[in-house]
Amino acid sequence: MIEIINATKSYGSGENATAALKGVSLAIGSGDFTVLLGASGSGKSTLLHIASGLERPDGGAVKYGGADITAMSDEKLTAFRKETVGFIFQQYYLLPNLNVDKNVKMGADLAGNRDYRGIIEAAGLGGKLSKLPSELSGGEQQRVSIARALAKKPKVLFLDEPTGALDEETGRQILDYICILQKELGFSMVMVTHNANIAEMAGMVVRMNSGNIVETRINGSRKTAYEIGW
Amino acid sequence: MLIRPKDAAKLLGIVIMCACAVLVCTLFLNMNIDLAREKDKVTDAEIMVWYDAMVSSGRMTSAVTGGALGLTTVVMLFFYIKHYIDAHKSELGVLKAMGYSSFKIAKNFWIFGLSVLMGAAIGFALSFTLMPTLYEDVRSGGEMPGVTLHFNPVLVLFMVIMPALVFSLLAVLYGCRKLKRPPLELIRGKGNTKIRITGQAKAAGTAFLRDLRQSTVKSRFSLVFFIGLAAFCYAATVVMSFSIKEVGSSRMMAVMMAGIGVVLAVTTLLIAVTTIIKGNSKTIAMLRIFGYSDRECSGAILSGYRPVTYIGFALGTAYQHGLMLMMISLVYDGEVLVAPDYSFNIRAFFIALVSFVLLYELFMLVFAKRIRRIPLKEVMQEE
Repeated sequence: MIEIINATKSYGSGENATAALKGVSLAIGSGDFTVLLGASGSGKSTLLHIASGLERPDGGAVKYGGADITAMSDEKLTAFRKETVGFIFQQYYLLPNLNVDKNVKMGADLAGNRDYRGIIEAAGLGGKLSKLPSELSGGEQQRVSIARALAKKPKVLFLDEPTGALDEETGRQILDYICILQKELGFSMVMVTHNANIAEMAGMVVRMNSGNIVETRINGSRKTAYEIGW
Repeated sequence: MLIRPKDAAKLLGIVIMCACAVLVCTLFLNMNIDLAREKDKVTDAEIMVWYDAMVSSGRMTSAVTGGALGLTTVVMLFFYIKHYIDAHKSELGVLKAMGYSSFKIAKNFWIFGLSVLMGAAIGFALSFTLMPTLYEDVRSGGEMPGVTLHFNPVLVLFMVIMPALVFSLLAVLYGCRKLKRPPLELIRGKGNTKIRITGQAKAAGTAFLRDLRQSTVKSRFSLVFFIGLAAFCYAATVVMSFSIKEVGSSRMMAVMMAGIGVVLAVTTLLIAVTTIIKGNSKTIAMLRIFGYSDRECSGAILSGYRPVTYIGFALGTAYQHGLMLMMISLVYDGEVLVAPDYSFNIRAFFIALVSFVLLYELFMLVFAKRIRRIPLKEVMQEE
């Protein structure tokens, strides 16, 4: 269970200060798929960074099972990220000089996961272990970044516009693949997107605007990646 | 214009490297020209041998120092230009897409030659502040008491103007070569990854951090060169500063040599390590986001260079020993001028080694702290 309690965050100082989050509270259940939806500048990415421990809020708290991560030292926060969360970014951020196998090992080594090759296989990259990121398509690179995130066996997976740089067909494949894995492995998932169609796949949709949550909606019937519009 | 004179002024490494090269070369060549003015007055055969030895040792020192530092400056210049193109490839790609030719863009790179002009001018001026002491040493030796310090304008041409022109030309030609890529490749930033750390993906057991350490070192050979060079310079000059004092050189020469070595080593290390951290900031941020500790991050990024450093140090020590033996055999003919006793100075070696280890590890400590300060949001800032 993740609890975000009255989180505030602003950037800049004095007259140039911009409030990115204005006292946001949210509860995300274990194993849930939550989508943070909003336009550019709505504060959704800031909320994701704060919820995942990438950034500290100016005020408020973020609790994982009752433990407040905002009060942790840098070392403890690093250990928390190591044990608890996984990340997938729009731009993949694979290590350019390491092949597929070694990029995935980046996540696997943290969890002492020696069976990570199975995840690479499941991602459909079994034949591309020795390929460099530059030799892969955008969709393949994103699948490597998914395998890398999952190889560390996270309890919560944070995704920042994971299909933002992909075409429709590849985007649907990636989303479908992530949802299958979520059901199989049971981790929680928090995804940032500006695409309202993708939100139809989530169990909970949190709509944001100008640093505030303006709507929280529970999806009665979740759609698959191939049923949503694009 | 993409490149401004202040971009050239930022090339501190080139400025310092040039200043050191020109300082040493001007010092000895100006002395040689002034000694030549006195040559006709020499009647004594023993003094003539001394004169020949002085001139050839001056020539050799200039050739070795100027040549080595000059070549290093070329490597450094190319490194900066490549780095500049990598950092601005999207703007340069847009210019090419608009119809500018590689040469037309690269023409602006002549400005990088200004850093050579700046360094050479500083080195030239500095040499004239040291010359009175050097001349006084020669005069007090008694062989050529009449030698006096003159300003030789020809050296301005060869030590300051020519190097600046040559380096400007090299910058344009190298820039032109590096820009000969399709505009889209520059805009998208593709086509640069050549290093493959594969291990052929056979064994799943090797640790990721070890692979990353290897890939960091192998990904940029120029940085390996600079780090090795820093250690090489330090060892060669600091040990040699003790050795030349033993064979009768002045204290000023010894201090100058050690000073140049330390400045070169510190500057080169600073440039190389800063570039390593800047170039890997996204990797470091990703590692920390995933939960790797600060110690693991700095170890993966920096510690792979340690063996290179100590190899550089060993080579520098061997180089100075070889150079000393060669200089002694060249300068002292064994008949009129008897060669002084010279053997490898173990004490000097240990002083240099201990001080270098302290300096290097201090650098690593400072930069490990800098790694800790890289914001985790670094990976998101590009969007």
